[in-house]
Amino acid sequence: MIKFLIKGILRDKNRSLLPIIVISIGVALTVFFSTWFSGVFSDMVNVNANLSTGHVKIMTKAYAENITQIPNDLALLEVDKLMAELKQDYPQMDWAARIQFGGLLDIPDKQGETRAQGPAAGQAIDFFSTESKEVKRMNIHNSLITGKLPTKSGDALISHDFFKRFNLRLGDEITLFSSTMNTSMTFYNFKIVGTLRFGMQALDRGAILIDLSDAQKALDMENAAGEILGFFNNNTYNKENAEKIKQAFNNKHKKINDEFASKMLLLSEQNGLGEYIILSENMSSIMIFLFILVMSIVLWNTGLLGGLRRYNEFGIRLAMGEEKRHIYKTLIYESVFIGFIGSIIGTMIGLAAGYYLQNHGINLGNLMQDGGLMMPTVFRAIVKPEAYYIGFIPGLFSMVLGNALSGIGIYKRKTAQLFKELEV
Amino acid sequence: MLKQLILSITVSLIFSSISAQNALEIMEKVDKNMSSKNRIVESSMTIHTKRSSRTITSKSHSVGNQKAFTEYLSPAREQGTKMLKLEDKLWIYSPSTDRTMQISGHMLRQSVMGSDLSYEDMMDDRKLTDIYTAKFIKNETIDQRNTHLLELTAKVQGLAYYSRKIWIDTERFVPLKEELYAKSGQLLKRTSFSEVKKIQNRWFPTKMLYKDMLKQGEGTEFNIIDMKFDQNIPEYIFTKAALKQ
Repeated sequence: MIKFLIKGILRDKNRSLLPIIVISIGVALTVFFSTWFSGVFSDMVNVNANLSTGHVKIMTKAYAENITQIPNDLALLEVDKLMAELKQDYPQMDWAARIQFGGLLDIPDKQGETRAQGPAAGQAIDFFSTESKEVKRMNIHNSLITGKLPTKSGDALISHDFFKRFNLRLGDEITLFSSTMNTSMTFYNFKIVGTLRFGMQALDRGAILIDLSDAQKALDMENAAGEILGFFNNNTYNKENAEKIKQAFNNKHKKINDEFASKMLLLSEQNGLGEYIILSENMSSIMIFLFILVMSIVLWNTGLLGGLRRYNEFGIRLAMGEEKRHIYKTLIYESVFIGFIGSIIGTMIGLAAGYYLQNHGINLGNLMQDGGLMMPTVFRAIVKPEAYYIGFIPGLFSMVLGNALSGIGIYKRKTAQLFKELEV
Repeated sequence: MLKQLILSITVSLIFSSISAQNALEIMEKVDKNMSSKNRIVESSMTIHTKRSSRTITSKSHSVGNQKAFTEYLSPAREQGTKMLKLEDKLWIYSPSTDRTMQISGHMLRQSVMGSDLSYEDMMDDRKLTDIYTAKFIKNETIDQRNTHLLELTAKVQGLAYYSRKIWIDTERFVPLKEELYAKSGQLLKRTSFSEVKKIQNRWFPTKMLYKDMLKQGEGTEFNIIDMKFDQNIPEYIFTKAALKQ
């Protein structure tokens, strides 16, 4: 019977072509959007993790409570000891100390007096250690517009926009005017060795990147750091493992009534990223649900139209003595084959589009310029293993559901009236 | 009935006019105590942070409210840092970078050295009678001293604090307590003044505790170590060249 049904589907294109096209388009869109949204959300989470939150982040309790103010007076102390402990206890992660700071960048004239100045949003990372992965992690090589990376104390990278706005040149000296960890005024000269553009307004507005050791000198933060970020060695956020590490660390460092006790936060507990992770994890399910909902309605209608077109065929088959149940069953079998064929075609098209965007991406940097969020400029799809099969679930289900709903009409036919209806 | 109403309005108008006049007289007496042609002040400022406290000493020369020059004397990190104020401009010299930087705009409202005082607080030394209208509220007792409570409302644009409540010692005519408010009515800062001493025939509080109400912490203590009024201050002190000397 299966062979008979497949022959019928292939030979009677009126019966199969439109549903296969509809299923193929729907499945292709499901697979493509599933890979696209997974990629976009995953990229957003990765960008935030690499630039700001880490997969986990350690701060003092007091710092974490006032994090928007970047309160370096509440920073972590004895960072070398804490880093050694982290490396020993959690070798599955790479640990990086960072200091964020604010202040003014002052550009001197020939007399050493203020020619121009602008607000600074600074970040200090480990540029100089050979084992540091920070430069790669923050994608600094690709963000560098002019010059080179800092190689010695006093070198700084600044925002290319700031550099152009104030007609600066590589090698020029600028002064950071900020507050030390003890809230004293601090002035520190830096030499501009390169300029960069992350493509994110939140970072590019007055950004200055310096080595951690320079920030510690400038801000009186010897052996101190605002934050220690932890990244899984495979660079993929694993919620369950991160949660276990957080619990273990926080239990070990739990000190009642000590606002300077270290505290670990997960990526999902920072910058509202938890919602994006949930969306990213559930994107396939959301797409499948939407597809089934929309496509079932479409295919129900397609099935109704097919049912009308095949009204005579079903009538003759009933008149010839075929049971209603058997006709309904063959209709469902047909829909399974059509759904399967449509799902294969649609999955292939969706995967092709997904793979293309995974490799090339779409640069939406111009649209993102005015955004305050930390967003990537190039949006890419990610083809996960589930992309190979998710299209089959809605493709088959909606086709079967559509035909099952429209095929109910078969049971409403009255055998007694068949010949009259068929005008025999 | 109408006669009573007219009488009541007339009495209250006369009373408020007398109150305003009295308030102005009180403020003029305060200005006479607190303002001078010029002054040289050596002071210490103790700033309390969550982790520690530190004391900064400085020496300031000022002429009226137009010129001021401050040199920080200790601790070592601050030593040699100098500030120059000329009218509404402020420059800071840092010996470690050999740079002179101008502070302007919103930076003037930032805290000085993490204290509860802003650059604007330190710079704005105008006579209160020039920038506020005063209204007498009532008499109160603070630390066993009788005070007049006055409410001051801005009469010029662009002041950091739209209104103030100020408690004036009824005998010495120096403030003992002050509250600074935003236009919305929010309390921004509170200052208490104590250890009032007679310096060159003026009463002057030599200890102040500033508290920024929007910040956590114990506030900033300001102690006057030495103070001289109406001295011969050389004009070159108030030049940018003096910053680097």
